[in-house]
Amino acid sequence: MYRRSDELGPQMSNRLALRIAVFGGVALALFIVLFFRLWLLQVLNGDKYLAEAKNNRTREFKVTAPRGEILDRNGEVIVSNRTSLALQVNSQKLPEDPRRRHAELAQLASLTHSSLPRLRKTMHEQLKLAAAAPVTLRRDVGDYLVYYLQENQGRFPGVTVQRVFVRRYPHGTLAAHLLGNVGEVSEEQLKEKRYRSLEPGDEIGQEGVEDTYDRYLRGFPGLERFQVDALGQPTRNGRLVSKPPVPGDNLKLTINSAVQEAGEAALAERGLRGGFITMNVHTGEILGLGSFPSFEPSVFTRPMTQAQVNSLYRDPIEAPLTDRAIAGLYPTGSTFKPITAIAALESGNLTTTEVIEDPGQFEIGGEVFKNAGEAANGSVSLVSALEVSSDVFFYNLGFRMWDTGQLQHWAHALGIGRPTGIDLPVPTNGLLPSKRWRDQLYKEGNTERPWSAGDNIQLATGQGDLQTNPLQMAVAYAAIANGGTIVTPHVGMQVDDAAGRVLKEFHPPPRRHVHMDPAYREAILEGLHDAAQNGAGTSFAVFGSFSIPVAGKTGTAERPPHADQSWYGVLAPYPNPRIVTFVTMEEGGFGVEAAAPAARQILEAYFANQLSHEAEPAEGEEG
Amino acid sequence: MYATRTRRARPEPFAVRPGIAERLGLPYMDASLGIAAIGLVAFSAFVLGQATSHDVPGDPGYYLNRQALYAVVGLVGMYALARVDYSRFRELRVGIYTFLCVSVSLVFVFGVAARGSRRSFELPFFSFQPSELGKLLLVLALAGFVIDGARRGSPWQRTVRYLCLGLAPAALVFLQPDLGTSLVYGAITLAVMYVGGVRWTHFAVIGAALAAIVALVLMVAPAVGTPVLKEYQQQRLTSFLHPSADPSDAGYQQNQAKIAIGSGEKTGRGNKATQTRLDFVPERHTDFIFAVIGERYGFAGAALVLSLYALLIWRALRIVTLSKNSYGTLVAGGIAAMLLFQVFVNVGMNLGIMPITGIPLPLMSYGGSSVVATLLAVGVLQSIHVQARLSQKGRFAW
Repeated sequence: MYRRSDELGPQMSNRLALRIAVFGGVALALFIVLFFRLWLLQVLNGDKYLAEAKNNRTREFKVTAPRGEILDRNGEVIVSNRTSLALQVNSQKLPEDPRRRHAELAQLASLTHSSLPRLRKTMHEQLKLAAAAPVTLRRDVGDYLVYYLQENQGRFPGVTVQRVFVRRYPHGTLAAHLLGNVGEVSEEQLKEKRYRSLEPGDEIGQEGVEDTYDRYLRGFPGLERFQVDALGQPTRNGRLVSKPPVPGDNLKLTINSAVQEAGEAALAERGLRGGFITMNVHTGEILGLGSFPSFEPSVFTRPMTQAQVNSLYRDPIEAPLTDRAIAGLYPTGSTFKPITAIAALESGNLTTTEVIEDPGQFEIGGEVFKNAGEAANGSVSLVSALEVSSDVFFYNLGFRMWDTGQLQHWAHALGIGRPTGIDLPVPTNGLLPSKRWRDQLYKEGNTERPWSAGDNIQLATGQGDLQTNPLQMAVAYAAIANGGTIVTPHVGMQVDDAAGRVLKEFHPPPRRHVHMDPAYREAILEGLHDAAQNGAGTSFAVFGSFSIPVAGKTGTAERPPHADQSWYGVLAPYPNPRIVTFVTMEEGGFGVEAAAPAARQILEAYFANQLSHEAEPAEGEEG
Repeated sequence: MYATRTRRARPEPFAVRPGIAERLGLPYMDASLGIAAIGLVAFSAFVLGQATSHDVPGDPGYYLNRQALYAVVGLVGMYALARVDYSRFRELRVGIYTFLCVSVSLVFVFGVAARGSRRSFELPFFSFQPSELGKLLLVLALAGFVIDGARRGSPWQRTVRYLCLGLAPAALVFLQPDLGTSLVYGAITLAVMYVGGVRWTHFAVIGAALAAIVALVLMVAPAVGTPVLKEYQQQRLTSFLHPSADPSDAGYQQNQAKIAIGSGEKTGRGNKATQTRLDFVPERHTDFIFAVIGERYGFAGAALVLSLYALLIWRALRIVTLSKNSYGTLVAGGIAAMLLFQVFVNVGMNLGIMPITGIPLPLMSYGGSSVVATLLAVGVLQSIHVQARLSQKGRFAW
């Protein structure tokens, strides 16, 4: 039974009608809000959200490109690649729970024979560079570890094993110094223009030709784009784009492996720190370039032990990473004399026939300069002075030019103490002592005396403050041999693609030309030839029996407190040299004792190789 | 001879045997309301069939089949209720209210826990969530209490009584914990009071108190160390204010839902949909089903669904005005508010303008309790309509 009062009349009360109207108005307003919002999202901003949705569901994976190989001039592989299994961990996929995370990392540390703090440090350092990138914990993991991780994948979330390319050096230490190595691009390098397209974690050539020719060797990474779900897992048939990586191009060096091997062996068997270079005097192509002690370039492809770090970086005496042939800083001893000779001749301080008395010593201002071994050579002209290496003859020349700057002018013109333009990183260019240099030092109070005749007399024989290296000397000798062309030394010869097609050849133009009287050149070469292969010559003991005519000069540099440094510079074949070889050995004693025999070994290898590669192209004679 | 005209007995116009439609009572029902409700459940089944075919391995029709079954059960219940005079529920108000409170309490004892809350019983064929049916029960009971108590006590006493009656089950549901449904209970309570004539000034006071409570719960209580809301509830409530903070929190989900809807543009992405297909949007078959519609069918589809809801609520409001008695007015008003609140909060949550509260989209979201309860509510609306039509014709029964 219902009360009457519950029955509504034909009309609702006005109050109720108002309330229902307000209710309806609110409902209408709410629906208008929803419709407008829907319109805003879907019609006005739809394309923006569609782009976001598409971006949301795709992940890109970079496929690293194998680096190009590095070959010697005859196609012998010096650096290639091998694939290695790298253990990587994706920090974003590690368990969030700190305890489980800790446990997993601790287990990983013990599996990789590392310690938890060290592992955390590795991760921290790599994540600083690239926050989202997977961290490589260890390379060259063994198969057993890969299987173990695969079987226990559930226990190691976020851990993956990745195939990566690692440099391989089939010839071991061969040409270690000029090759350089490959490493991750650093934060500073990323700011450089040449690395613009790179991302943290990418590998680039560091030092050596790996660095210089990185743009050819590097190649282009491939790309795989997958459709992924919200957990980042690729979906079935989800591969959207697959762009294969473009492998890097191969770099052919001007290096001749036989020459290189001979040079390294010559240094190594004597066990003396030093360097050597063999270069084409016309083109600047370097056939061999090495330094002792050397190192295994492959040590850079895997984590180093503390002992390795110590021996590579913390040994200032041995300094195995230093390329002494291009970065050494030494006085050259008598190998400098041809430079003094050309300076004196060209500046009119000497003629090719002038005879100077050599009583065994030279006195100036109370200071006495003696011949090495206190020999007295009697009357000597330029040719015989070079043959017997008369110091007094060149002391005279040095004295004649002591405050004219002519010796410095010519040494500088021939490239001593200045950049050579070589395609390898050279930390410093050495020092050619001059009046201006010493007077400046004196003015600043950094030395006790100004420039004196004694300084120039020392320089004339390659002693004193002179600091140079086999590379600069080789360039200077090459200029004398080729008649005044200052070549640009280089080790990069050409770039080939994977199919062997030549993409680019490197022929760096000469740095400059120096005018040189052909008669002077001939006189100097004659003197050097006599020094090497005439009975009284300083290196006759070594080269007297050598079947090919050469022109060579010994050098014995005083380097107190060290024992004398042994030098030898040789042009071959005489009288129209094709190559120049320079060898220096710290504490090797007389030039003829250590450096000259080493140079002979290199030349033997070169000419033996010449016979077997008779049609060697790039060694044509130019004039 | 007289030609006699024999008068043939003409059939009485009012004695026509009622046709099948008449006998089913269809002419007295609100066709638009029925079309809107059936259209929505049908669309729900369609969307679930398309969007969830890979969700349950080996059973592509898992959600579709179940939702269709719930819809059939609900539609039968809706028809049955339409044929009943809803006014009887007024007499049963105490029983209904008791059943409501007991059933939502029983889940604390017998309920199955899912995601940290006990909301439903596990029955042989499906799990029953009493708080869903409770929405309708609350409307029916509370409307009865309001009519019944219309002359007892001062206006303030009445207001407080209604509030207590409404908020008691709301509090029980809140403790399950189910914040969303308890908010629906609150909305229903306020709506029934509003239609029932509670004074504007009282609503002003209630509004002020509500604002104070919200401030207390969201800011003061956590600050003094006695949080009322669970951490995730608070996060969800406030995340829509700062949507793209952290991919792992609630704001992320909402952002993904927004992207999904936006990416549907005008006509939708169909099976090329990625946001709702590849799990970027969570709960795509329940709370975020509107995002699925938005992405797959674009503005066209989403606007169609919204229009059906607008039609549904418009018809409900119309029935409020048609009702033959105040009880029907209050019940219809309560149901209209229940539908409006749920639709606005859920769709608003999908569109990124309302917080995540876990309120399902009526008739759309997958779930038997919700679909059946909502269809029963529509059945009650139909009953009010039918009774109004019949009373206008001066007939009280078929």
